[in-house]
Amino acid sequence: MKATVHITLKKGVLDPQGKAIGHALHGMGFDEVGDVRQGKVIELDVADGTDEARVKDMCEKLLANPVIEDYEIKIA
Amino acid sequence: MKTSIIVFPGTNREKDMAMAVETACGQAPELVWHKETNLGKPDLIILPGGFSYGDYLRCGAMAAHSPIMKEVIAHAERGTRILGVCNGFQMLVETRILPGALLKNKTLKFICKHVHLKTETGDNDFTRKLGKDSVIHVPVAHGDGNYFANDEIMKELEGEDRIAFRYCDENGSVSDDTNINGSTQNIAGILNARKTILGMMPHPENATQDWQSNKSGLPLFESILGALP
Repeated sequence: MKATVHITLKKGVLDPQGKAIGHALHGMGFDEVGDVRQGKVIELDVADGTDEARVKDMCEKLLANPVIEDYEIKIA
Repeated sequence: MKTSIIVFPGTNREKDMAMAVETACGQAPELVWHKETNLGKPDLIILPGGFSYGDYLRCGAMAAHSPIMKEVIAHAERGTRILGVCNGFQMLVETRILPGALLKNKTLKFICKHVHLKTETGDNDFTRKLGKDSVIHVPVAHGDGNYFANDEIMKELEGEDRIAFRYCDENGSVSDDTNINGSTQNIAGILNARKTILGMMPHPENATQDWQSNKSGLPLFESILGALP
């Protein structure tokens, strides 16, 4: 089975990469775009039966930095 | 007087650091590979700069879980003096030995140049010889040096006199113009609550030799090494 972790910077933490993407999109004429936040996706092949708590533990200890990042786990 | 410099895959400033230590105290430090698990009894542990593990995931995140780091954390709790510079500072925040985090530079550019730093406190073993309000001129070389601290952390750092250095101009004036990377309140280096551990992004070790641009970083090493047995 697969666990997918989406990591984004917390609200209130400046995301200069997101800002640069937003500027580029506006420059290209995509005026409907507002705030842009860039994150990352980590896909993990995990053993069947792995629960969310286990993946949360991975996020807290390594995959995300809870001081600056939020994360969302999907298991499928 | 024993200094241990930890070397990770991708570390590249360990020799600069060793030279600075030897210049300051006359004794060569020991270089320790990150796979070791016992440091013995060092008086000072240094986490040098570089790009450990290619800066993958987050700078310093993987190194924070290297085998040697359990030992470094144990020493941190015991009060052994620890200096983390650049990637070493990133490791100290990733292990939560120091608070906050280091984000990508606000400009998104890798910054490699000399900067001025204002010493914000002289009340610790690292900056005693520099003295409060002194200005040093040292290089920076980082892409992720934007120190982030929320209000709660800032209150702690300010209330406990734990801000060691701020980016400033040559006269020691701190402003948005001198904030090279977007750090919260121009912070370039901080101390732990016991003031036994210093983490900083700039490289004082590269301002310690006659052939380098200046030696304004040397008093930092003389302070810490002079304070130890």
